[in-house]
Amino acid sequence: MTAVLEARDIVIRKGGRRILSIAHLAVEPGEVLAIIGPNGAGKSTLLTVLACLDLPTSGAVFFHGRRVTRANALSVRRRLAVVFQEPLLLDTTVLENAAIGLKLRGRRREAEAKARAWLARFGVGHLAAQQALTLSGGEAQRVSLARAFALEPEVLLLDEPFASVDVIARAGLIQEFKSVLSSTGTTAVLVTHDFREVSALATRVAVLFDGAVQAEGPPEAIAAHPRWGALANLAGA
Amino acid sequence: MDLVVQGLVKAFRLLLSGDPEVLEITLLTLRVSGLATLISLCLGVPLGLYLAVARFRGRELVVGAVNTGMGLPPTVVGLWVSILLWRSGPLGMLGLMYTPTAIVIAQAVIAVPVVTGLTMAAVQQLSPKLRLQVLALGASPLQFWWIIIREVRFGILAAVMAGLGSVISEVGASMAVGGNVRGYTRVLTTAIVLEVSKGNFDIALALGFVLMVLTYSITYILTIVQQRRRRW
Repeated sequence: MTAVLEARDIVIRKGGRRILSIAHLAVEPGEVLAIIGPNGAGKSTLLTVLACLDLPTSGAVFFHGRRVTRANALSVRRRLAVVFQEPLLLDTTVLENAAIGLKLRGRRREAEAKARAWLARFGVGHLAAQQALTLSGGEAQRVSLARAFALEPEVLLLDEPFASVDVIARAGLIQEFKSVLSSTGTTAVLVTHDFREVSALATRVAVLFDGAVQAEGPPEAIAAHPRWGALANLAGA
Repeated sequence: MDLVVQGLVKAFRLLLSGDPEVLEITLLTLRVSGLATLISLCLGVPLGLYLAVARFRGRELVVGAVNTGMGLPPTVVGLWVSILLWRSGPLGMLGLMYTPTAIVIAQAVIAVPVVTGLTMAAVQQLSPKLRLQVLALGASPLQFWWIIIREVRFGILAAVMAGLGSVISEVGASMAVGGNVRGYTRVLTTAIVLEVSKGNFDIALALGFVLMVLTYSITYILTIVQQRRRRW
């Protein structure tokens, strides 16, 4: 089976320093790949490259086996969706925020209906007419997730999406997110340093340490590993 | 005190009588300062957006120049634009000296740094991660800039108000490059200076009143738009 998204021999240098070096990392269709590691391991940088928001210094990202270049990055980006740690909503209504991605793709006719449906799915449908910047952190992140799912992405990339949500709301949101992921069968890459999120959502884990993938495997295997299990427990405890 | 009261009474009489010269001066002021603000918007907004996100050697020098330009003395601008447009100057062949166009050019020079600086500041207040989010939403370069402009629209509106305020109230540049020619390049500020120098305080007060009402009305409309969406 061809990987949906693949990083091959990726090196990223910033300020003359090598901050990421990935020999090979593939995202298979339908899986939820969690990338875990301590702060500064290069998780967010890797996600930025996988989301085609930045090109690596050397090596390449492949989407359905096709190399991503500066020339085709936009068309690839339009088949992906990204949710960041901060909701990063635009200064407009909640509905417009949820519909904006589809509108940018020229799918204006279906945009608002799809946006409304996804807002309702994430329990914020009643906020559609409200200004997005007046929402609470939890509500805003639900809108951000609805905005991403409205795009029906082939791969959903998430950078610590639950970190800005308070502890009480987090567990509920993770369960809702898990249910949406399984019902849509969306392929996802989840960057996190919380192993509880990994256990709840991931089908496979890649451990990133010092800018390199140190181990890959099912969450249970990583948790049981003498070295990486300690890291996972440390991150998730 | 009598002088003020008499002056105000005469000023209102002059305004209520619909004096054609006052009307002509007012319309020219609106036309010239409006056009200068529009030009500053067309040049200052793209430049401000670019300076906010661009990384290039010497950027700090350019930003420093823009910030200095925000406080440019209008008389100095008038001097330099005069030198450029003077008959024997580099642009003398255009024959623009002592024309309304010359005033528009000088006022645009005053307003461009104001609009540029305030636009740049507005963009820099956005979260740096918003750039990645907008790109991740699938925005093309043109769509990207459109969204960013929309995000800073209230900052740009503030820049327009500041730009307009800086040109409609200046006198040094308009006097230097326009020459205050009656019926041709006389704007409200240069007319006020002339009437004060002649001791015609009533006319000066009337013109000053018109200028204040004009500036306040325009700024009020822009303020209504800006404050409609206030978050604080």
